[in-house]
Amino acid sequence: MELLVASAIGILTSAGLYLVLRLRTFPVIMGVSLLTYAVNIFLFASGRLTVGAPPILSNAANYTDPLPQALVLTAIVISFGMTAVIVMISLGAYLGGDDDHIDDLAATPEADPNTDLNTEGTQ
Amino acid sequence: MSLFLIVALPFLGALLPGLMNSAGRQACAGVTFMVTLTALIGLLTNLPTVLAGDLITAQFNWIPLLGLNVTLMLDGLGFFFACLILGIGLLIITYARFYLAREDNMGEFFTYLLLFQGAMVGIVLSDNILLLLVFWELTSLSSFLLIGYWKHLPEGRQGARMALAVTGMGGLAMIAGMLILGQIVGSYDLSVILENRALIQASPLYVPALLLILLGCFTKSAQFPFHFWLPHAMAAPTPVSAYLHSATMVKAGIFLMARMWPVLSGTPEWFVIVTGAGLITMVLGAVIALFKHDLKALLAFSTVSHLGLITMLLGTGTAFGAMAAVFHILNHATFKAALFMSAGIIDHETHTRDIRRLGGLRHLMPVTFGIASLAALSMAGIPLLNGFLSKEMMLEEAYHTTLWGMPYLVPALATVGALFSAGYSFRLIGHVFLGPKRDDYPAAPHDPGAGLWLPPALLVVLVVIIGVAPFLAEPFVKLVTASVLGTAADVPHAHFKIWHGLTPALYMSIIAVAGGLTLLAVFKPSLRFWDLLPRPEAKRIFDAVINASVALSRQIIHRLHDGAFSRYAAIMAVTVMAVGYHAWVTGTVGPATRAPQPANPVQIAGWLMLVTATLGLVFLHRNRLLSLILIGIVGLVVSVSFVFFSAPDLAMTQLTVEVVTIILLLLALNFLPNRTPIESSVLRRTRDGAIAAAGGIATMAMSYHYLLRDSIAPSISEFHLANAYQGGGGKNVVNVILVDFRGFDTYGEIIVLGIAALLIFALTETLLAGPVRARLLNRKPDQPRAGIMHPMMMVVLTRVIMPVVLMVGFYVFWRGHNEPGGGFIAGLIVSIAVVMQYMASGFSWTAARISYPYHGVIGTGVLIAGLTGVGSWLFDKPFLTSDFTYVRIPPFEKFELATAALFDLGVFFAVVGAVMLSLESFSRLARRAHVPDADHPMDIDPSRDDTTPKAEL
Repeated sequence: MELLVASAIGILTSAGLYLVLRLRTFPVIMGVSLLTYAVNIFLFASGRLTVGAPPILSNAANYTDPLPQALVLTAIVISFGMTAVIVMISLGAYLGGDDDHIDDLAATPEADPNTDLNTEGTQ
Repeated sequence: MSLFLIVALPFLGALLPGLMNSAGRQACAGVTFMVTLTALIGLLTNLPTVLAGDLITAQFNWIPLLGLNVTLMLDGLGFFFACLILGIGLLIITYARFYLAREDNMGEFFTYLLLFQGAMVGIVLSDNILLLLVFWELTSLSSFLLIGYWKHLPEGRQGARMALAVTGMGGLAMIAGMLILGQIVGSYDLSVILENRALIQASPLYVPALLLILLGCFTKSAQFPFHFWLPHAMAAPTPVSAYLHSATMVKAGIFLMARMWPVLSGTPEWFVIVTGAGLITMVLGAVIALFKHDLKALLAFSTVSHLGLITMLLGTGTAFGAMAAVFHILNHATFKAALFMSAGIIDHETHTRDIRRLGGLRHLMPVTFGIASLAALSMAGIPLLNGFLSKEMMLEEAYHTTLWGMPYLVPALATVGALFSAGYSFRLIGHVFLGPKRDDYPAAPHDPGAGLWLPPALLVVLVVIIGVAPFLAEPFVKLVTASVLGTAADVPHAHFKIWHGLTPALYMSIIAVAGGLTLLAVFKPSLRFWDLLPRPEAKRIFDAVINASVALSRQIIHRLHDGAFSRYAAIMAVTVMAVGYHAWVTGTVGPATRAPQPANPVQIAGWLMLVTATLGLVFLHRNRLLSLILIGIVGLVVSVSFVFFSAPDLAMTQLTVEVVTIILLLLALNFLPNRTPIESSVLRRTRDGAIAAAGGIATMAMSYHYLLRDSIAPSISEFHLANAYQGGGGKNVVNVILVDFRGFDTYGEIIVLGIAALLIFALTETLLAGPVRARLLNRKPDQPRAGIMHPMMMVVLTRVIMPVVLMVGFYVFWRGHNEPGGGFIAGLIVSIAVVMQYMASGFSWTAARISYPYHGVIGTGVLIAGLTGVGSWLFDKPFLTSDFTYVRIPPFEKFELATAALFDLGVFFAVVGAVMLSLESFSRLARRAHVPDADHPMDIDPSRDDTTPKAEL
């Protein structure tokens, strides 16, 4: 079970990193979201994995570690705010400049035949 | 008056000129004058104590852990300088009132002036060297503003920048020096440092500390080789020059050398550096000054020269030298401020400061002539004026000083300096006022009003009084000297007299004056000779150095920071991995202490879903809609695994956040291209893939190792589990942690969330106000619209379900303290309920029914949470201390009431407001872009029939 969680963290990180290194805003946002999942699970797992012992006080003998849960809970909500802000920024950049490239290279030739800026009627 | 008040008054008063600006120039200058006068009177109330030789201190702790406390101290030296700063300040304020032109913003000028004045008073009254450094930097900053006051003049801006660069750099060096000094002594209090002369001078760090501190002093006091900024700072308005460069800013370095004199002086290093730099500065400044044609430049270099003189005196390390230095500080401040103001008057009246265009002014401006001549003669060292007395003492001291084993070096150079000093003083009188009257002045010169000539006249009165009756100044100068010397030496017994007999100093003085007159006589040929000499142009060198460093940093920055985000991301990822690898290789890993738990098929199935969705996301990410669906699956699996691993709260949060995130991304995708084109080369994708794979393997390995080992130190979690019920009154430990144990964290987090939402709102507003608005209005949707904008099924369902969802939200909120739930989750649930209305019934319909703006909801939330925290102050408890009780209202069972629930209510509102404000902002963009939707729901868009091919219907 530990291996499953660890490998899930690894795969999420890996996929997140790859997407973060892409050249357009949307995949980068996706990549950041995947990295958020990975980080949240990692933080959560720092309380170690416990099955069937939620930190709700009852007559149970043991509980899982509540502290990482509290930290991750706020992290999840904050990550929503962060995602919303970067989405807004990338949207503003795209609407303002008709370009959703993530790199701002003055030297890079902007003219790219593959860009689908004018997507009317692609259906 | 309390020392705090004396230092604070100018700073507080700095608010007034700006406020009084519209009340007229008179009021503006008047209020500044009154502030300074009050501070001066406050200072003078402390005079009896200072005269009695007592130390006045005032203290409150600021950051005691750093040794940084607001400790003020008033002794003779501090009193002397504070008097100079405030007293001359009063004259300058009066002068500036009449000097500044109508188009100059007087409020701005006096605000800067008071800031500067406060910083200077702070320096001279500080007892804590860290505090002193703060004020020191403040003088650099405020003098920058003052020197560059005439922003329209390029010389003003460049001069200000140069002054800031040089003095700021020196200030940085001095910070380092002071920190070393504090380390040696173990205290940052001047009173402690000054008592540890032996300890400091024995320390191996003495020389570095000395060098760094002197670097600060020399840059501030324009000592060679940092003297070049001062003449360029002359682009400032004349009141600024008169204030900064006669009595205050440039004297700050001198002040510090005098302040540190008891502990730093007396060593060979101090003697060679300080006396050497002082001598060079004195002679060099005097020679350059003689050949300057700009009146203010001449005075600037003469200031440089006189500062060198004072520095040299401090460098000798004898008590007599220190006394001469103190006396000359006083004398120089009086005659130089008077001269600067006279130069300002001449500039004001004749519209030129070029000495070659002046001459013969004595008939036209007799009052100015009288003031300037007396001051200049004092500067030249003519008997019966105060400059003579201190110059005589300087020559006397120089006569006894031997540098580098050459007994004639110092006296000879001092005489040369005095000779050129007399020379430029005579030139100032001779070439400006004497000679025939000319008829080509740029303006018709005449004496100005009393407002301009009275301040320098007062100073000249002082010049004469001290010059004629030096015994009047003697007790005061000796008092100041005593506080400079501290316990290091006794005050010399020498009396201040005009006639000392036929001493060597007198002969040197006679040589200097005679030589000065000769220089004036042979000025024309010597000027020709001077113009032939090659001279380094300081400004050009300075600019070259600045340009070179700018070019160098630009090269480095452009290479590292070239705008390619993917490059930064890659560098960062690789760096983190490299650091982690280093830790892995050099550290040790203990044996596994936890047995791996077996996995069942359901878990493996969930894992497979996650892996498939993630890999699918990587390979199919070019189809953006599909990638949204895939990331949704990832989120779901993560939520489910939270349930499984005993984290119901997390699962609920993740699930609800997932919903709003997907809605948000869909709204954004509405505008973004649907597909991501292939742009990067195979090589690049392989490289990125390798980085990603390495990162994945690293995190996986780390997580796996982590999961199989217990923590080395006991976790603080046990405390939370043990105290959640007794202390926090809740059974859901996660919720109790959030709203109680770590309530302050949560409070910060909801504020961050609120700020993020406001940022989104602000960005939307900016976008909609700019050219994007027009683009959005003209934008054609890239997909055919749905025929039914608001499907009836959905409208009906969402409206029916709304109360139910709200009830669920209420329930989840209320039970949060004891069962999974709480403010965050309830807030998200309620947000989803509202968002559903937007989606189903349309923006206008919903917006019309929302009575409260979402900003207000965020604010309410933060306010409730904050006030709950503040409430505990009423019971003398720290911020956010919680309390709870159990109540029973008859038909219901006993239930708990906790202040934490009130805090959670704040969290709830903040979350609702933030989520809704973000989503609403996005949908406002959408609304702008398409056909405005009708106010009534359930409408049909008939245009679809015309535009879409039949096959799709």
